[in-house]
Amino acid sequence: MTELPLIGEAVAVAAEPRLAGARIGVVTFPGTLDDRDAARAVRLAGGTAVELWHADTELGDVDAVVIPGGFSYGDYLRAGAIARFAPLMSKIIDAANSEAKLPVLGICNGFQILTESHLLPGSMIKNDHLKFMCRDQVLRVENSNTAWTLDYQAGQEITVPLKNQDGQYIADEKTLDALEAEGRVVFRYVGFNPNGSRRDIAGISNAAGNVVGLMPHPEHAVEAGFGPESLDGIGGSDTDGLGFFTSVLTKIVGGDK
Amino acid sequence: MSIETTKKFNIDTVENAAKTPDTELPWAELGLKQNEFDEILKVLGRRPTGAELAMYSVMWSEHCSYKSSKNHLRQFGEKVTPEMKKDMLVGIGENAGVTNLGDGWAVTFKIESHNSPSFVEPYQGAATGIGGIVRDIISMGARPVAVMDPLRFGAIDHPDTARVMHGAVAGIGGYGNSLGLPNIGGEMVFDSVYQGNPLVNALAVGVMRHEDIRLANASGKGNKVVLFGARTGGDGIGGASVLASESFDDTKPSKRPAVQVGDPFAEKVLIECCLELFKGSLVEGIQDLGAAGISCATSELASNGDGGMQVELTSVLLRDPTLTPGEILMSESQERMMAVVTPENVAAFEAVMDKWAVEYAWLGEVTDTGRLIITWEGEVIVDVDPRTVAHDGPVYDRPFARPEWQDAVQADTFTGSVQDAGRPSAPSELAAAVTELVASPNMCSKSWITNQYDRYVGGNTSMAFPDDAGVVRVDEETGLGVALATDANGRYTYLDPYHGAQLALAEAYRNVATSGAVPMAVSDCLNFGSPEDPDVMWQLAEAIRGLSDACKVLGVPVTGGNVSLYNQTGTTPIHPSPVVAVLGKLDDVARRTPSGWREDGQAIYLLGTTAAELDGSEWANMRGHLGGQPPKVDLDAERALGEILINASRDGMIDSAHDLSEGGLAAALVESSLRYGVGARIALQDVLDRDGVDLFTALFSESQGRAVVGVPRSEEVRFTDMCTARGFTHTRIGVVDAASGTLDINGVESLSLDALREAHEGTLPKYFG
Repeated sequence: MTELPLIGEAVAVAAEPRLAGARIGVVTFPGTLDDRDAARAVRLAGGTAVELWHADTELGDVDAVVIPGGFSYGDYLRAGAIARFAPLMSKIIDAANSEAKLPVLGICNGFQILTESHLLPGSMIKNDHLKFMCRDQVLRVENSNTAWTLDYQAGQEITVPLKNQDGQYIADEKTLDALEAEGRVVFRYVGFNPNGSRRDIAGISNAAGNVVGLMPHPEHAVEAGFGPESLDGIGGSDTDGLGFFTSVLTKIVGGDK
Repeated sequence: MSIETTKKFNIDTVENAAKTPDTELPWAELGLKQNEFDEILKVLGRRPTGAELAMYSVMWSEHCSYKSSKNHLRQFGEKVTPEMKKDMLVGIGENAGVTNLGDGWAVTFKIESHNSPSFVEPYQGAATGIGGIVRDIISMGARPVAVMDPLRFGAIDHPDTARVMHGAVAGIGGYGNSLGLPNIGGEMVFDSVYQGNPLVNALAVGVMRHEDIRLANASGKGNKVVLFGARTGGDGIGGASVLASESFDDTKPSKRPAVQVGDPFAEKVLIECCLELFKGSLVEGIQDLGAAGISCATSELASNGDGGMQVELTSVLLRDPTLTPGEILMSESQERMMAVVTPENVAAFEAVMDKWAVEYAWLGEVTDTGRLIITWEGEVIVDVDPRTVAHDGPVYDRPFARPEWQDAVQADTFTGSVQDAGRPSAPSELAAAVTELVASPNMCSKSWITNQYDRYVGGNTSMAFPDDAGVVRVDEETGLGVALATDANGRYTYLDPYHGAQLALAEAYRNVATSGAVPMAVSDCLNFGSPEDPDVMWQLAEAIRGLSDACKVLGVPVTGGNVSLYNQTGTTPIHPSPVVAVLGKLDDVARRTPSGWREDGQAIYLLGTTAAELDGSEWANMRGHLGGQPPKVDLDAERALGEILINASRDGMIDSAHDLSEGGLAAALVESSLRYGVGARIALQDVLDRDGVDLFTALFSESQGRAVVGVPRSEEVRFTDMCTARGFTHTRIGVVDAASGTLDINGVESLSLDALREAHEGTLPKYFG
C-alpha cells in the first residue's frame, strides 16, 4: 500500500477534503493492466486511490473497491477463473455481501472476475467475431441508482473505450429476464453490439446495486485529451467515464458533495 | 532429475577438447564458414568444445555480429556533430539508445526485425518480436510505455497473405495487449516482393528518470549472476540441433519449434518485477535474453564489465530436462533476463522475485580473470575471452557494385509508359481515381488491424493511428511527452537506395513534426536481401550512406536499431526496406496536432510545392508500374517545414496538420476529411498555375516537403506571416465545410464522405473478414 508506480508524479487535484477522505482500493493481480488508469480516475474524481495486492489477506481501510482490467494470471484457463481464488477476493466477496455493502466495480477482466466470484450472474465468452476489439463505444445508462451510476441520468448515452477478446455476455434466458425485470441491466451497447452480448448488455449490477461490472472501460475516459474523442472523434465528451468515480465518492460521503 | 539426465550426455570438456584436436565438429552445419572456424581455432589455441562452438556460431552469425554491415554502420557514429550528441545519454551499442527529454526525464526506443520467424509461424513470430524489443527497453532501466509495428506483407489477394496477416496481427495483439502497452501506430504495406519474406518489425519506447539508466555490464568481482523469468526450453534452438550428437538420449522430444513461443503473462510480470528491482537499486547490470540466449547474455555482460564471469550451467532452470549444454547456451526461450547483483542485495532481490512469483537461479559470479568460464557439474566446458565471442567476431568488407539493371530501371519513367495510358482528367474520372486510391491496399484504412490493438491502456495515449504520429504523455504534471513515427518506402529505395533511405527518414521526421513534436532521435531497422549479392550489398551501402548523411543535415542522431539481411526468396531479394523510426519531444502533449480538421470555416493551406513526381508513387503502383526516379529529396525544405509545423503547434496557429507522402494530396485531403467526418471545399488553381502541373498531378504526385494544415480564421494572418518570413511556399487551397458531408475539389466530381469512408474502410475486411 505504498505510492502508486505511475509514470511521472501523481496529478495534484485540488480535491474537496471530504472526497479526498474517501479511500478507493484498486486491486492488482499479476497480469492486471489498467490498475494505474483506475487509480488515476479515482484521483481525478477527487478521491484517494489505495493499492491493493491480490495476495493481501486483509482488505484494509477502504470505502470501495475497483477491480480493473487486464489478464489476471494470464487468463490462460478462463478469464477471471483463477483470480476468483485470490486471498483478497474472498475478503472482497464478504465485504460486498455484508451489511455495509461495500461498493465494488469490476471493469473488463474485473467484470469477468465478479461473475466467476458469483457476485454477478452470467459469464463472458469470446467475442462473436473471435477477434480482440478496441473501439470507442456508445453505452446507454439504464440504471442510475447503483453506487457507481448515481451521477448519470437514466437513459443518458455515454462514450467510453471498449477493448477485449472475451467480452460476449451470456446468461440463461431466465437470468436475463430477471436482470431486466429487476433493473439490473445497468449499461447497454448502443448502435453497435461489439461482441454479441445477449440483449446488448454491457454491464450489470447485483440486487443491492453496490456491485457493478461492465466490459467497457470508463477509466479510459476521465481526462480531456486522452479519452475517446481525441482518438476517434466520434463526438461527445472524452470524459464520460468520470461519473463512475464521482458517483461512488458521492455515495461514500453521504450523497452530499 | 538433473543427475539422471546429465549421465546421458557425453560432455565435451575443455580438457577433452585439448586432448582430441582431430574430433570432427559440425561447424558448417552451424553456419560458420571455414575462415571463421579457423579464426576460432586461432583464438582458442585448440579446437572449441561443443558448447564453445555453439556460442561462437550464434554470436558470430549475421544477426548477432553485424559482420556484413558493421563497416558501413560506422557512418552513423562518424557523421554525428557535437550538437547532435548533446541530448544523447546512451548511444549505439547498448540494448537501446537513450535520449534526454529534459526535466530529469530520459527516453529510450528501438526498432527491430522479427521477419523470418513471422513467416514460419506468424502468430508466435510477431508476438515474440514485441516481447524481445520490450525486454531491450526494460534492460535500459526504463518503463516501456508504447509499441508500434511496421508490417510488410505479400500481395493482398495472394492466398498466403491472409495466413501471415491473421497470424501476425493476432500475435501482436495477443502479446502486446497482454502487456499493458498501448500500440500507437505503425505501417502496413502490401507488395508481392514480400510474399515469401514478410517484414514484421517491432518498436518499443520506454521512459525513465536519468538516475535509473541501467547498462548491460557485469562489474565487481564477487557479484552474483542470476538468471530469472521463464525457464529455458527447447524452443528457438535453431541450428543447435546439429549438436544433438552430444546426447545419447533418443527419447527426447524430437520436433521442437524453431520459432520461440511467447508467454505474455510471464513478460508482463517480468516488466513489473524489473521495475521494482530498479526502484530498489538492486541490480548492478542487466541484460535481456534474446537472440543467442545465454551465450549472448553471459559474453556481453562479461565483456562489457570487468571481463570475467564464472557460471555453472546445470543451475539453469529447465523446461525440458533433456537439453544438452549447447542447446541451453543457444536456446532463445522468451521472457528471461540475466542480472548482476551484489552479495548484499541477494536477499532483497529474492524478495522481489518471490513477490511476483518469478523463478530465478543463481548461476555464478563476476570474476576479474578476463575469462568467461562455464562449467557443467564443475567440469569446464567453456573457457573463452568473452570479447572474442561478443565483440571480436568476423567483419566482412563484402563486394558491392551498382547493379547493371539500375540505369534501365531509372530510365523507365511512369509518364508516357503503357501503364500511364488513359490518365484520368475528366471530373468523374478524377473522382473515381481518388476513390480507387483511398481504397487501394496500401492507402486504405488500417483500422481492421489497429482495432485489434489496445491503444488506450496506460491512460497516456494522446494520439494514435490514424494520426501522423503516435503521441504518449511521459509526465502527468507537465504534459511532457514523446511522438513517434515509422516510415519506409521500398519502391523509392529500389529506384534509388541512397535517396530512398533519405526519403524514409524525411517522411518519419515530417510525421513527427506534423504532430507538433521536435524530432530528436532515430532508430532504424534495415531490411535487405543477401549481403553476398553485390547488388543487394550496394543497396545496403547506399542506404546507410544516404541515411547517415540525411541524419546529419536534419540534426537527428541514430541511437540504435537493427539490420536484417537475407530477406529474399531464392535469389530474389525484397525491395530494400530501411524502416526509419523518428522520436520527437512535445513539451505539452495538449498541444499536439491531429490530422483531421473539425471547425467549420477554417482555412486549409497547402505548404510546399508540387512537381510532376509520379515515379514510384502509389498511383504508378496501382497501375503496375515501377521505374524512374523517386521524388526529389530536399532536407533543408523538410527542416523548414518542420519548424513551421512545430511553431504553429506550439503557438496555437493550426488545428490540424497532415503530411503529404504516399498517395500525395489526394490521400491527405481524404484522410483529413474522414478523420472527424468533416468535409471541405478545395480549389487548386493557384497551385496549378504556380507549380505548372495539371490537376491529376497536383492530386497524385508524391513531391516531398509538403503538408496540409487547418488554420483558424483568427490565426490566418499570423500563420501566413510566419510562412512568408521563413520563405516557405504556402497556398490557401480551401475551407472546412462541416455541413456538406462531402469533399469538393474544383474539377473533381463531388465526393461524399460516406462513400469515401466505405471505400477506405472496406478493403481490409473484404480480404480478411
